[in-house]
Amino acid sequence: MRTLLHMLRKEFLQLRRDPRIVQLILIGPIAQLLLFGYAINMDVNTVPVVVCDMDHSIESHDLIARFSNSGYFPIVGYVDKLSDVDPYIDRSKASLALIIPENFGRDIKRNASVPLPVIVDGSESNSASVGLNYAGAIIAGYSQNILVQNFSRRGFGGLHPIQVIPEVRVWYNPELKSRNFLVPGILGTLLLQATVLLTALAIVKEKESGTMEQLIVTPIKPYQIIIGKLAPFFIIGAIDIVLAIAGTTIVLGIPVRGSIWLLGGLSLLFIMTTLGLGLFVSTVSQTQQQAMMTTIFFLIMPMNFLSGFIFPIENMPKIIQYVTYLLPLRYFFEIIRDVFLRGVGFDVLWPQALALFIFGVCILTLASLRFRKKLA
Amino acid sequence: MIDPSNTAIAINGLKKSFEETEAVRGVNLTISKGEMFGLVGPDGAGKTTLIRMLCGILVPTEGNATILGYDLATELNSIKPKIGYLSQRFSLYPDLSIDENIEFFAEIHEVKGYEARRNELLEFTRLTPFRDRLADKLSGGMKQKLALAATLIHKPEIIFLDEPTTGVDPVSRREFWKILSSLLEEGITILMATPYLDEAERCSRVGLMSNGQILLADTPQQVKRQMKGSVLEVIPSNLNKATDTLKKYSEVIEVQTFGDRINVVVEGNVAADTLTGWLSKAGVETKMIRNIQPSLENVFIALLRERSEEEPAHA
Repeated sequence: MRTLLHMLRKEFLQLRRDPRIVQLILIGPIAQLLLFGYAINMDVNTVPVVVCDMDHSIESHDLIARFSNSGYFPIVGYVDKLSDVDPYIDRSKASLALIIPENFGRDIKRNASVPLPVIVDGSESNSASVGLNYAGAIIAGYSQNILVQNFSRRGFGGLHPIQVIPEVRVWYNPELKSRNFLVPGILGTLLLQATVLLTALAIVKEKESGTMEQLIVTPIKPYQIIIGKLAPFFIIGAIDIVLAIAGTTIVLGIPVRGSIWLLGGLSLLFIMTTLGLGLFVSTVSQTQQQAMMTTIFFLIMPMNFLSGFIFPIENMPKIIQYVTYLLPLRYFFEIIRDVFLRGVGFDVLWPQALALFIFGVCILTLASLRFRKKLA
Repeated sequence: MIDPSNTAIAINGLKKSFEETEAVRGVNLTISKGEMFGLVGPDGAGKTTLIRMLCGILVPTEGNATILGYDLATELNSIKPKIGYLSQRFSLYPDLSIDENIEFFAEIHEVKGYEARRNELLEFTRLTPFRDRLADKLSGGMKQKLALAATLIHKPEIIFLDEPTTGVDPVSRREFWKILSSLLEEGITILMATPYLDEAERCSRVGLMSNGQILLADTPQQVKRQMKGSVLEVIPSNLNKATDTLKKYSEVIEVQTFGDRINVVVEGNVAADTLTGWLSKAGVETKMIRNIQPSLENVFIALLRERSEEEPAHA
């Protein structure tokens, strides 16, 4: 027991002297919070439009006005020839082109159906599909208006087309802001990076410098080395949890609907799994560089992509979906989302908590056994 | 001859293989308490592997050893408090000071009241003025002395030193050796690997290791007596020509160049006059010639050569 305390004291002393420590504990979380909080936004707010009006009728002006008044479609240019549309799309000045053919107004008055070409820049598929939806809604509204006017012109003034109007209520994230999901998710990516990488590096550093060998010759037990090595990063992880939650809620104004304590507690459970992964990486790496590469390419990158943070798991092929069950980050993202946005409690989240616990116990045991074997 | 209570290390058929190479191929050796045993041999002979097995860092593939009467395989925990290990390169914490490094190793060895012992060791190694300096900021010689001090903090009965003075300046080397001498006076047992034969000369016994085996182990004097033939030191008028000439004679075992002179290892019955005759026949003038004591180097090189002629497969 005393030996363990001495080991811990040495670790903290070294940590305090590490010039990178402020950078690792403070700068990392703050930089990521700012990045995700202000820079990254997957919501499509505006779709710049170029208009090619070849008709110049009252009807075409009315349609264009509907677009520009919607607020979603800033009109970045008017052209007269179809070929002049291309440079706007090619240079990304406009994502959507509205093409009003000649005789648009005349045909409407003649009661004929009129095709209305709309060109969308599909290279950014997300903005494209959102832009198309908005445009479709505006055009549908416009054509319904024509219908109503037609009725009244023919003397059926009181007649209105029957409409079913959905009254949608969005739960949990009423404004459907992707930011409200992305920003809390930082807690997961941050803890993963900080704890796995730092733990693995700290252990491999001792191997590299030969001090690990020196320790083996002393009566210190392997478990004392392991705990001594993991404890400081558990504490750094805990500090990062507080920083990330405080930054998300206070600085970026994203409220936690559920219990902060539940979130904090389950975050500590998540750290258990990442410390285990860090220890495991240290047993398969000989140099700090190897540890870094292994962590980034085999753990951090795939986990960030496959855990539902950036891409929804439901959209992945079935086989990949099964793989995601092996990723602790997947469960942790569910926990973050559910506590932050849905405000649910442990009664709902216990399966995720249990999964993290089982993963944590398994990886810690496996890594410790490997660590002991490598020492012997 | 061997008194078990006086035996520090008894090695019995120790072997170690790494994947495809056999680093240590069956070593038998007994080292008495208070002895200073020097392990010499070419790079890759298996010296480091042998020492690392004896410290419990590597598990032997075959064979066993007892250290201070404890079985290496089963009683490692009883051995650890009684041994110290100094590796080939500096392996303490660079971001801790001298004091903190020694303190840490004292604490994990559970040495109570280590402060007095630490002062003594720092005095002994003349590191006291630098005690608050970070290990990273020390010179090579100081680092090695610090490592030795940390190795000695728990008063081990045996210390294993793996090329402790490699890369250390001559002045620091002398100091280091002074420290080792006083340790021997205190009764400590030292097993050291060294690439320097002048260091091996100072050991109570030396072992020549080659190809994972100990070829011979004896006192430096006895080892030199194993030398077949004698050594002549010659200063010729033309170094290259003299070397080429002498190598042609089958009685000449070896010719080594040292600056302006050559050492000629010859079979027992070749006299100085014969050699001078050979040289003058080739037109080389002999400025000086004398019989000298064979050095350990002469002996080892001769032995290694003999060995490689016997088993060319391992050469």
